[in-house]
Amino acid sequence: MTLKTEPYVINIGPQHPSTHGVFRMRTTLDGEVVVDLEPIFGYLHRGIEKLAEERTYTGFIPLTDRLDYLSSMSNNLAYVLAVEKLARVLVPERAEYIRVIMAELQRVASHLIAVGSFLNDAGAFMTPIVYMIREREKILDLFEMVSGQRLTYNYMRVGGVSQDLPEEFLPALDNFLEQMPLYIDEYDQLLAENEILLARSKGVGVLNKETAVNVSAGGPVLRASGVKWDIRKADPYSIYDRFEFDIPTGTNGDCYDRYWVRVQEMRQSLRIIEQAKAQITSGPVRSEVPHLIRPPVGEAYGHIEAPKGELGFYLVSDNSIAPYRCHIRAPSLLNLTALRDMIKGWKVADLILIFGSIDICMGEIDR
Amino acid sequence: MTVALTGFNVAPQITKQFPDAVVEANDRAVVVKSGLLFKVAQYLKNTPGLAFDYLNHISAVDYYDYFELVYYLVSIEYNHSLVLKTRCDRNKPAVPSAVSLWRGADYQEREIYDLMGITFEGHPNLKRIALWAGYKGHPLRKDYLE
Amino acid sequence: MEIEKVTPVYSAAELDRIEGQEIEELRARSQQPIPDPDRWLKDEVQRNILLTSVDAIINWSRRSSLWPATFAPACCAFEMIATAASRFDLSRFGMEIFRASPRQADLMITAGTLTWKMAPLVKRIYDQMAEPKWVIAMGACAISGGIFASSYSVVPGYNRIIPVDVYVPGCPPRPEALLYGIRMLHNKITKSHSDIQLNLLHKG
Repeated sequence: MTLKTEPYVINIGPQHPSTHGVFRMRTTLDGEVVVDLEPIFGYLHRGIEKLAEERTYTGFIPLTDRLDYLSSMSNNLAYVLAVEKLARVLVPERAEYIRVIMAELQRVASHLIAVGSFLNDAGAFMTPIVYMIREREKILDLFEMVSGQRLTYNYMRVGGVSQDLPEEFLPALDNFLEQMPLYIDEYDQLLAENEILLARSKGVGVLNKETAVNVSAGGPVLRASGVKWDIRKADPYSIYDRFEFDIPTGTNGDCYDRYWVRVQEMRQSLRIIEQAKAQITSGPVRSEVPHLIRPPVGEAYGHIEAPKGELGFYLVSDNSIAPYRCHIRAPSLLNLTALRDMIKGWKVADLILIFGSIDICMGEIDR
Repeated sequence: MTVALTGFNVAPQITKQFPDAVVEANDRAVVVKSGLLFKVAQYLKNTPGLAFDYLNHISAVDYYDYFELVYYLVSIEYNHSLVLKTRCDRNKPAVPSAVSLWRGADYQEREIYDLMGITFEGHPNLKRIALWAGYKGHPLRKDYLE
Repeated sequence: MEIEKVTPVYSAAELDRIEGQEIEELRARSQQPIPDPDRWLKDEVQRNILLTSVDAIINWSRRSSLWPATFAPACCAFEMIATAASRFDLSRFGMEIFRASPRQADLMITAGTLTWKMAPLVKRIYDQMAEPKWVIAMGACAISGGIFASSYSVVPGYNRIIPVDVYVPGCPPRPEALLYGIRMLHNKITKSHSDIQLNLLHKG
């Protein structure tokens, strides 16, 4: 007697509490085990690359905020670096220090949400994410002092930043830097040796080194698989070569390593902010550029190490006030290519966890 | 620092392997013929001195007479990078796919097909990714009408 | 006992084609915005009816525990999550439970840009919610398309697809602004007739 079984296709649809944003997966399941997976996205495709061709170079900066909306400062920085390469504009030193402080604070804020939602997916329903949002609110207060906004800052400009730091910023930053390492230690104490977290994430969703390089993964996903590649050390931009920091690298490439790499990166970011705050100089915060920038004919690629990977802007200019073509190299789109490799053979509950450990943001993937 | 290899460094090596592949070599990039793109890319990936194992990204630009595809390659071992370009005709745009060399090209090629209309021969699953099936037109082209 | 594997019925290309057709049909139908549900305003002015005490109790119970559905495409989602977190608490309004299934929710806070690809799914989620239900359009993209309004794939506002009760401007609106919008919705619920007959007319 033969037993007919049929692998059935289930749609883990765009509206789902644990897909981070509108992401849809057509999974082929054999019982509870995932056999194949087809990711479908495009539900947030807003045509940002086409809109770049009708806005001026400075007028496009608010649109870059909305790409990876959890790390707006990094998006602004990558775009502004690309335009500065294209137009050959130099940046004053105080502006460079301010940019580094903002980018590293943004990295801490983004990793707090990444780790919080990873733990949310692992089953600790709301507790870690509510704790981490409490810390993130302190960082958002600092950003609000500087730019007036909590989420999409529109702070960097071509040639510097838009306004100088107010007087109360540096004392508040001091206060934050005293308290934050204690909070990270508190999380470590609760979570690092937690049996449930270890059982659910050690050895789950392994991505080996060769595959990670072949699928062009970047950021914590690549570093957790053992490849020591960080744009801040491999191709330093801005003034990162003046600071001392380590690059945490994992060994196995499983979910626990990706979580561990993010927590260590938060500590290293705090180290960089301390050094930048000690070395900051005074002076102008924006160099003189014309109101409507017209770069010469040519092309440039400016890239940074954003919290999720390598974010790059490829700009082509034809000497007019708007870019001729703006292509955005989104880290989450490339990290997602590894998803099919990582989930074959695991169950549906592990699928949610592995997907959460990659840490994607739909605004970037769809653009 | 990542050393950006210029076209002048790499073009002689490519010309030795594939005599008529290189169309243009300047200080930013190497432009090759679209038919030989796959072979040149395979050579660049597997040769020991070059070893471009990491595909950073693929872009497509619409100059009014032709499309230009830009491949940005990086070698993690030697920490150098290269820009490889190819051009294709606007009326029948078709280029060999690089998915079998670098799997990271998968979604990017689908997106270029969706928004620019360039077909990639040899891609396992070439369908629209950002817009829906049945959408008419390719929005990123310069002559796209709403 | 042997196990025989059977291949599935629909191929992916067929499903994609059907979905694409649905999107094109919805786009052709939604060229005008749906009028806002403001019958409650007109009735009050015309008839000047006092609410009965039964109405008062029903309205109080409805507004005191509105359960939102998790529907959060884009950036405004994080201001909604921040509103629900410990600093700006939503739990004091009885709204801390975000229901994953729309059949158990009665409020949809649309926090993000709507694209034509997502539009049939929003309509399906709205239809799955049980009466009485309300919609808050949060953020500039939800009201009118926002900064992306001139794009080829963005719906200029949720009121092309579903009727909207309260509009909260901002990009993204601060958590205080969202709380103000929720209070406005509470006022609207307080003043509306909870008459079942009227609700059926109101929906159509």
